[in-house]
Amino acid sequence: MTTAPSTARMADSVKDAAIAALLVAVLGFFFLALRTDIGTGGLDLTTRWGLWFIAIAITFGVRLALNLFVFKAARPVTRGIKVTAPAGLTSFVGRFLGPFLLILALCLPFLLMALFPNRDRQFIDLAILIMTYVMLGWGLNIVVGLAGLLDLGYVAFYAVGAYSFALLAQYFEIGFWTAVPLAGLLAALWGIILGYPVLRLRGDYLAIVTLAFGEIIRVVLLNWYDFTGGPDGISGIPKPSFFGLDFSRTGGFAEFFGLDYDSIHRFIYLYYIILVLALITNFVTLRLRKLPIGRAWEALREDEIACRSLGINTTNTKLTAFSIGAMFAGFAGSFFATRQGFISPESFTFLESAIILAIVVLGGLGSQVGVVIASVVMIGGIEVLRNLGFLKEIFGPDFEPTQYRMLIFGLAMVLIMVWKPRGIISSRNPSAVYKERKKISSDMVAQGEGH
Amino acid sequence: METAMTTTSAHNWDHNVVLSVEHLTMRFGGLVAVNDLSFNVGRGDITALIGPNGAGKTTVFNCVTGFYKPTEGRIAMRHGAGLQADRIEALTRTGRQFDDDGDNRVFLLERMPDFEISKRAKVARTFQNIRLFGGMTALENLLVAQHNPLMIASSMTIGGILNLPGYRKARAEAIDFAAYWLEKTGLIDRADDPAADLPYGAQRRLEIARAMCIRPHLLCLDEPAAGLNPRESTELNELLQYIRRDHDTSILLIEHDMGVVMEISDHVVVLDYGQKIADGSAEDVKNDPKVISAYLGVDEDEVAAVEESIDMPVIHHAKKPSENGEGGQP
Repeated sequence: MTTAPSTARMADSVKDAAIAALLVAVLGFFFLALRTDIGTGGLDLTTRWGLWFIAIAITFGVRLALNLFVFKAARPVTRGIKVTAPAGLTSFVGRFLGPFLLILALCLPFLLMALFPNRDRQFIDLAILIMTYVMLGWGLNIVVGLAGLLDLGYVAFYAVGAYSFALLAQYFEIGFWTAVPLAGLLAALWGIILGYPVLRLRGDYLAIVTLAFGEIIRVVLLNWYDFTGGPDGISGIPKPSFFGLDFSRTGGFAEFFGLDYDSIHRFIYLYYIILVLALITNFVTLRLRKLPIGRAWEALREDEIACRSLGINTTNTKLTAFSIGAMFAGFAGSFFATRQGFISPESFTFLESAIILAIVVLGGLGSQVGVVIASVVMIGGIEVLRNLGFLKEIFGPDFEPTQYRMLIFGLAMVLIMVWKPRGIISSRNPSAVYKERKKISSDMVAQGEGH
Repeated sequence: METAMTTTSAHNWDHNVVLSVEHLTMRFGGLVAVNDLSFNVGRGDITALIGPNGAGKTTVFNCVTGFYKPTEGRIAMRHGAGLQADRIEALTRTGRQFDDDGDNRVFLLERMPDFEISKRAKVARTFQNIRLFGGMTALENLLVAQHNPLMIASSMTIGGILNLPGYRKARAEAIDFAAYWLEKTGLIDRADDPAADLPYGAQRRLEIARAMCIRPHLLCLDEPAAGLNPRESTELNELLQYIRRDHDTSILLIEHDMGVVMEISDHVVVLDYGQKIADGSAEDVKNDPKVISAYLGVDEDEVAAVEESIDMPVIHHAKKPSENGEGGQP
């Protein structure tokens, strides 16, 4: 390398930075350098040359630095950022991330109690919320990630599950543990009823009709006042019992085991219920993927016509994906009802469907661990922003971080999509292996209909 | 010439029939793609369906495999030997789709949905533009083709979730069967690679292997040699001969590569403008003036003059695989 290219580079960079600075000077002149205030008998003009010069100088400096070290550099300093982790580390993380997360999930309530003795209730509640979304994400992953059917109305089945339990409890006084399977079955039944006419449609049309069905269920719940209570919702939904023991102050769980009564027991119990439900979802999904039905779902996502030429009944195959996905939403829905103790149609808006779908897409279609990471980031992220009290000390007491959380959240999603367009974990694990297990890059995997 | 052939009845396809297409007509609105077409596919034969672009070959394929519902006509598939004309007539009158009699079943394909044709009638097909499951490995592609027997073995998934020994055994057998076809098609070293990663010729072979995994009685190949180099073409010929000989599978193929057609076909059916213009052995068809004129696009009496002027065996060069933009793909 001689000095000639580097002088040329320097000259180019300075020229480019000067142009950028000039642009800021021209554009900023009226906004920064001049300021008009309403004064007596017209407008008062104040000049702010200092501010104007600072803006120009910052532009020039940053642009010059970017030119020298990134845009025109022989070795851009940003190059290292793009490089992915070394292969050894990736496979190490890939192998141990799942078990690590499982152990962490199993110990989480006790870890939280030990680490945050004052705020443990709040954090366990947040963990329950995240775990609910993990379960919903895993359920939707069957429909969207494996079978490739874009379902924008998934929350409908969540609502069916929640209302099934609430209404069964209200009219027949059925407890949580009896209601969970019933709620799942009813949601699966609705999955079949809605799916049968809908699944003949393809692509965008399928997405729109599922969206409509999601809204129809909500509107019916809202307007069928005599049966569902309409906008008033249903309250007094029973809490789950621990083998017949309630979590009450007297004669309940604490007394039976000789513990001091603490309201946290119920939260820990709820956490383990949703953890077990989510793990069942995960286990069944992973199992189904390796079975002929799961392979048929993935084949359907890849090429529906080829599936039919191989003797696969595509309507039935889609229906099973739809109804199994719906069933898990039904389980999650009945859990949601018992956790809240009160449900109303407001909890089942399109936004919920969108969040669950975003979790699946962010995590990487078809990836189980991806869904967990995306749920923690999305649901946990929103909650963290709620609690950014220290920002008030920087930006003054009027600053309300929650107002910006959707903005920050949107920006983060855009960044992730730029960095990893096929989701955080975007490779596919083959369902059967002859000799050597090789990961399949997402570039080859089809995304199915409506993407 | 045609009548002379049928009356002698010396041909396999006249008395030992696996598939018979009778008076098949397919109209798309005002367009008649196939008009009153009848031909037989002999058991154990390699039958080629040829004709210029737009002659309706792929439409016939799509009717046979159920992707189109024919406007008129009957398509009968037999698993047992012989013509079985009486049984097919009786079945036609009942309105049922097939007549189940142990191993000796007869099917009316025009009444069956596409997936049932593959599942029950055991007619497999490949596609002109390869339709593999690109994101799945070669092995997985072949396992998807064994979906129906595996579903039964997994007792409709419940036995599979519980991982019962019956399913484990069936799964191992399915993988062995897939490995057998990967071996036969020379793809065993790439069993765990995604199908989209394979070179073009290998993808064509994988599609044939996948079709063979449904254990078909009739294998329909839509331009299997398109885009293959001469060596791959020769390998394909050997593969098809092997399938026909050792697997009791009859083959119906659409092909533009006359080298492949003339070398391996026992029986050639020529279509032009949706109608049959010739039907016979490869040798008979090659010298049929109607066929030559159809390929040259001139009247029959001008053939001699044109042939002389270009001074080469015309059929070999009338079509190149790259030109075959056939309409009406499903």
